[in-house]
Amino acid sequence: MQVVYLDNNATTAVAPQVLEAMLPYLGDLYGNPSSMHTFGGQVAEAVDTSREQIAALLGAEPDEIIFTASGSEGDNTAIWSALQSRPERRHIVTTRVEHPAVLSVCRYWETQGYRVTMLGVDSKGRLDLEEYAATIGDDTAIVSIMFANNEVGNIYPIQEMAELARERGVLFHTDAVQAVGKIPIDLHHLPVDMLTLSGHKINAPKGIGALYVRKGVRFRPLVRGGHQERGRRAGTENVPYIVGLGVAAQLCAKFMQEERVDVARLRDKLEYGLLERIPECRVNGDIEHRLPNTSNISFKNVEGEAILLMLDRLGIAASSGSACTSGSLEPSHVLRAMGVPFNYAHGSIRLSLSRYNTAEEIDYVLDKFPGVIETLRAISPFKG
Amino acid sequence: MWNYTEAVHDHFLHPHNAGPLADANAIGEVGSLACGDALKLYLKINDKDVIEDASFETFGCASAIASSSVLTDMIKGMTVDEALKLTNKDIANALGGLPKQKMHCSVMGQEALEAAIRQWKGEPAVPHAHEEGKLVCKCFGVTDAQIIRAIRENNLKTVEEVTAYTKAGGACGECLDEIAEILAAELKQKPVKELKPRPKLTNVQRMQQVLKVIDEEIRPQLAADGGDIELIDVDGKRVVVSLHGRCSQCRSSNVTIANLVQRLLREHVEPDIVVEEA
Ligand SMILES: Cc1ncc(COP(=O)(O)O)c(C=O)c1O
Ligand code: FES
Repeated sequence: MQVVYLDNNATTAVAPQVLEAMLPYLGDLYGNPSSMHTFGGQVAEAVDTSREQIAALLGAEPDEIIFTASGSEGDNTAIWSALQSRPERRHIVTTRVEHPAVLSVCRYWETQGYRVTMLGVDSKGRLDLEEYAATIGDDTAIVSIMFANNEVGNIYPIQEMAELARERGVLFHTDAVQAVGKIPIDLHHLPVDMLTLSGHKINAPKGIGALYVRKGVRFRPLVRGGHQERGRRAGTENVPYIVGLGVAAQLCAKFMQEERVDVARLRDKLEYGLLERIPECRVNGDIEHRLPNTSNISFKNVEGEAILLMLDRLGIAASSGSACTSGSLEPSHVLRAMGVPFNYAHGSIRLSLSRYNTAEEIDYVLDKFPGVIETLRAISPFKG
Repeated sequence: MWNYTEAVHDHFLHPHNAGPLADANAIGEVGSLACGDALKLYLKINDKDVIEDASFETFGCASAIASSSVLTDMIKGMTVDEALKLTNKDIANALGGLPKQKMHCSVMGQEALEAAIRQWKGEPAVPHAHEEGKLVCKCFGVTDAQIIRAIRENNLKTVEEVTAYTKAGGACGECLDEIAEILAAELKQKPVKELKPRPKLTNVQRMQQVLKVIDEEIRPQLAADGGDIELIDVDGKRVVVSLHGRCSQCRSSNVTIANLVQRLLREHVEPDIVVEEA
């Protein structure tokens, strides 16, 4: 069955151009970039090219890019580095809506004696800038706030928050895993000190990512060993994936403007269409400041996993913040932080699009989706 | 993605007996929106005490819907007494099994059945089944009686399993210590271990046994909550440990140490061991 893939915030397809660029480095070009011979040297060039491509997408210098094995590693490294380079500071500021790659790291540091402030959000998932300003102080080692939220798509005011951190001399890290490639980021003008990105959200493969560390920011490696990445991340480079990540970044730079409009149009068609056809549902998040590809909708009195499984039978792939899908017993921490009522939180569905989706696919979904909700509501004991 | 059996898929996609039953004379309701699943079971019981017809309305995941559906199939034609003998295991088995984390769906089915029959008998329909029970888990409204029953009927051994079967402990976690106590009390009641007088231990033997119990019994339990334990010192009967991860932080970590580590060491090694945190 043809699958309508609406789960691009979970992972994306590898772009054909990316795959093609990678293949030689899984084949004949297997040299080690650190070697002294030409056979390795040509591979080192490919790694440098990728670094330049990523720097170009972000408005950064190639030297400021460190390759990692994932977004999670980037997040772990950024926080580790900040804490190790200023050990006298014992306070971390983050939010309740971060990805676990930041949240659980902060909770870990809390067990090691750090004070952690987790900023709350309002019912649309927005942060309170005044509260933020009041929490950062002389003892704050790092602020880590996501650029865009993976579940509801909210974009946070990173510019303002990073400026304030800079004024106060506090390091600012942003997990931009969901933002990179979807919205413009220009680090020439955005005063963040560190930024995490992940390959598999931008049509590169899983298991590759990068951490941007601004020149002049003190850095302490998490992975020690050889001198790779100028001593900032040991381990022989994952050359094919690095090459793929570079090409993916290049594609993002090339198509972003177009996609922001096209993908957003499809997303809106889908969202309006569902709201129109299905009674008693609501959009979660801050629709004025949201990623162009993400829609998070809650359907009252139905449970998310049941919706997903029925959609799956129809060849539609999406995800849910319901408790049952994760194996936990509570709905998503993001929706709970937003105070979404229970009768809506359990029935939340995230639809996340990509440039590979078509208007026909959206029509198909609009045709099938209402029936799923109707079926499940018909057997639900909660009405109205 | 859950690894559901074909039977779960079938009952979920094509549920049997869904919807209210117009001439029902017994209705059992369990669960709530807040809990994430709820079941309303309708029964029509005739004057020979036979369940002539049954139907359900369910809010919940695929396994909750499938459990409800298969339950209504199973009880049709049963007498009330036969139906009361059904356990949650029977429901799960009829579906070819459920993932462990979903066992609470089968428990919900059994509880709704009991609630319906209680209503039919004219007994008070306490929403969470067991009137004699004391509320243990506030988040999911689970009583000690429900927990004990799940432990006995399913032979549960860990707190994690209790959560999977009853949901208790799955949210804020405040009730986990109490669940651990109930579980410990239950496990102790089992007549499996006969107590023979233990020989006096030498220091080396004691140390070895403490290490073994920590490795085999205690660490796995803590690991389930993201915690870890390290043995720092054994000084006579005094055992010094350090706790890492979630457990060292949680505000009831004293209770955890006293109740869990000390209890297990006393049980397995020597009855007068004292545990201290480094
Ligand atoms: C916001 C955010 N941060 C971090 C990650 C983790 O990235 P990775 O899967 O590459 O470790 C993800 C993706 O799951 C994400 O959405
Ligand atoms: S009281 Fe049991 S999980 Fe909160």
